[in-house]
Amino acid sequence: MVQITSPQFKENAARAIGDAGLQKALGKAKGAFLQRRGDAVARLPEFEQLREIGREIKNHTLANLDFYLETYAANVEAAGGKVHWCSTAEEARAAVLEICRNVGAKTVTKGKSMISEELGINDHLEAHGIEPVETDLGEYIIQLRREHPSHIIAPAFHLNREDWENSFREMHTDLPKDRVLSERRDILTEARTKLRHRFLAADVGITGANFLIAESGSSVIVTNEGNGDLTQTLPRVHIALASIEKMVPTLNDACALLRLLARSATGQDFSVYTTFSTGGRRPGDLDGPEEYHVVLIDNGRSNMFGTEFQEMLRCIRCAACMNHCPVYGVTGGHAYGWVYPGPMGSVLTPTLIGVDKAGHLPNASTFCGRCESVCPVKIPLPKMMRHWREREFERHLSPVAVRRNLGLWAYVAQRPALYRMATKLAVSALGLMAQGKGAFRSLPLADGWTQGRDLPVPEGGTFMDRYTKTKRGA
Amino acid sequence: MSKEAILNAIRRGLKRGPLPADQRAMLEARMVARPRHLIPARSRVPRPDQIKLFIANVEKEFGTVTRVANVKEIPGAVAEYLSQQNLAPRFVMAPHPELQALPWSNRAMLEFETRRAEASDLVSVQYGYAGIAETGTLMLPSDPARPTTLNLLAETEIVVLRASRITGPYEDAWDMLRAERQDPVSGGFMPRNVMLVTGPSRSADIEQTLELGAHGPRRLHVVVVDDDPAALPG
Repeated sequence: MVQITSPQFKENAARAIGDAGLQKALGKAKGAFLQRRGDAVARLPEFEQLREIGREIKNHTLANLDFYLETYAANVEAAGGKVHWCSTAEEARAAVLEICRNVGAKTVTKGKSMISEELGINDHLEAHGIEPVETDLGEYIIQLRREHPSHIIAPAFHLNREDWENSFREMHTDLPKDRVLSERRDILTEARTKLRHRFLAADVGITGANFLIAESGSSVIVTNEGNGDLTQTLPRVHIALASIEKMVPTLNDACALLRLLARSATGQDFSVYTTFSTGGRRPGDLDGPEEYHVVLIDNGRSNMFGTEFQEMLRCIRCAACMNHCPVYGVTGGHAYGWVYPGPMGSVLTPTLIGVDKAGHLPNASTFCGRCESVCPVKIPLPKMMRHWREREFERHLSPVAVRRNLGLWAYVAQRPALYRMATKLAVSALGLMAQGKGAFRSLPLADGWTQGRDLPVPEGGTFMDRYTKTKRGA
Repeated sequence: MSKEAILNAIRRGLKRGPLPADQRAMLEARMVARPRHLIPARSRVPRPDQIKLFIANVEKEFGTVTRVANVKEIPGAVAEYLSQQNLAPRFVMAPHPELQALPWSNRAMLEFETRRAEASDLVSVQYGYAGIAETGTLMLPSDPARPTTLNLLAETEIVVLRASRITGPYEDAWDMLRAERQDPVSGGFMPRNVMLVTGPSRSADIEQTLELGAHGPRRLHVVVVDDDPAALPG
C-alpha cells in the first residue's frame, strides 16, 4: 500500500528541490514531453475540435453512467467474462485474491496500472503468498527498488540511467559482474530477458484499462512495450482492473478519445499497442486466457457526482497536466505523497483520501493555467483546486495566519476607497525603500515571497492611477 | 450488494432515480447508431494516396514495408527480407488459408511451421486483417487462424496485408470487422482480442528516451500486396 505522505507536502517539496539526482532527471525529462506533445498536436489540425468532442463524450457518459455500466457488464457476461463490482479498495483486493486463489496462482504478472497502485494490490498478494511481478519497464525497476511511481505514465521519471544500472547490478546477481550496462539499450535488453521467463511462468495476468466499451463489453489497454499484451495473453487468467469512470459507450467514441490520448501523453500519433479484450478464449483459438475477469472499482468516485469535482471524472490519465506543471517540474511526483501527482492529483487526491490529509496539494499551484489549456478533455483543474482551497478554508483547516491575512485582505478589497489608499501608500513606500534599486532581494514580513525570488519595485503608480490617466487621454 | 450501492450512489449524485424507459431507449438507439465523431482530414484522400499514407506512417513509426504486385511474390519478399536482416530463413506462420495457399515451395530454403508462437520463435508471419492509413496502424484480431502470440513473442514480426484491406480512419476498419464478423443472432462481433499495432515495440522509460525492442517484436515488417486496382499509383 502506498503510504500517504501528502500532509508533509512542504517538507517533501523542499527535500525534492535539494535532491541533485532528482533535479537532473527532471531537467532531462521535462523538455522531451513538452516538445513531443507540441509536435504531435501541430501535426493534427483538428486537435482543438477533438478536445471539445472528448469533453462531450465523457460528459454524456458520466450523465448516464449507471445505464452504461449495466449495459457494459451485461455485454462482458454475454462474451463469457465475469464482472466483479467493488465499492471499496478492500473489496477489490479481496476479489483479485479470490480469483488468484481459485486457480492456485503462485506468480502474477502485471501490466502498468495506476488503479492497482491505488488499491495496493501488490502488497496484498505478497501478504498472501502470491508473487506479483511488474512487467512495464518503469514499473519493474520501481518494484526492484521498492519505490512507487513518480508519474502516471512514466513511473521511473525520477531516475537517471546510473540508477538503473546500479539497481540491475544489485538485484540481478545471477548475471556476470563484468557485463556492460552503459547504454540504455543494454538495460532494456537485460530487462527483456529477465521478464520473458516471468511472462511464461505466470498463472494470472493483471492489467489496468484505459477504456471500457459498453456496446461490446471490451476493456482497452494502450501501451508501447508489449508487456501488457504478454501479461493478458499468456497466463490462464486475465484480470482487468478498471475504475467506473473508464466507460465510453461505443468503439467510435473510443476512437475519438484515442486520437487525443497518445498525442497528449507521449506525443505519439498513436501508441504502439492499443488492444481490445472481450471475454476469454473462443472455440478453436490457439492462445489467449481461458478466464477473463473485470474488477470494476468505485473507491470514492461515485461520491464525486453532483459535486464541483464531477468533471474530474472525465480524466483519461494522459499526464499532460503534470508534464506542463511548473510545480511538478521542480518537485517531481513523490512529493505529492500518494498515487496521483501533479494538477490532476491535486484535485483527485483530496477526494479520494480526504482534504484533511491532502489539503496542501491544491495549494501547490501557481494558477498559471497550463494544465487546463493542455487537458485533452478540458477539465478546469485550476477552478477545482480553488474549490478545494475554499473547502479547506470553510472547514478551518488552513493555518491561522493565512486565515487572518486573507480576512484582512478581504476587508480592504471590499472597500474601494480604502483599497486605493492602501495600494497608493504601499507603492510610494516601496518606491522610497528601494533607493533607486530595481528589485528587492528581501522585504520585512514578506520573506515567504522573497526567499525564492526578487520582488520588482513598483514603478509608475497604481493600476488605478494609470487607468484614469489613459481614460483621460482617450 | 456493491453493484446496487455503486449505481445508487451515482444516481444520488446525479439527483435522479433509474433512467425512465424512454431515455434508456434513446441511449440504446445511440449505441446502435454509434455516431461517428470528427474524422481528421488527413486520411480522406484518393485510394492510391491512402496506401501511400499508410506506408509512410508505418515507416515513420520505425516499421518497414515491401510492396509486391501479387500474392505469388509474397514468399520471395519474405525470403529477401530475412536475408537482408541476416536472419535464418525459419519462421512460425499463422494457420490462415490465404497464407497456407502461397507458393512457398518456390523458395525451398524457407522453413516454417503453422501454429501459435512459442518463446523460442525468432520470426513470425501473421496475416493482417486491415491497415489504417491515418497512423500506419495494423488491425490484428484474434481467431483460430490468427493467434495473438504471433504478434508478441518473436523478435521479428512480418505481417502480410492486402492493399484492398487498407482503410483511411480507424472507424472504417471497425465497420469492416463488424460487417464481416457480426453474429446474426446475438449481434456480437468482437473477437476475444483485437490488437491495433503501430510500429515495433518500444520504451521511453529510461530517461524518457526512446529505445526500440522492449517486450514485443524489435522489428515489424509489412508486406503490402497490390490486389486493389483502384489503389495502384497512377
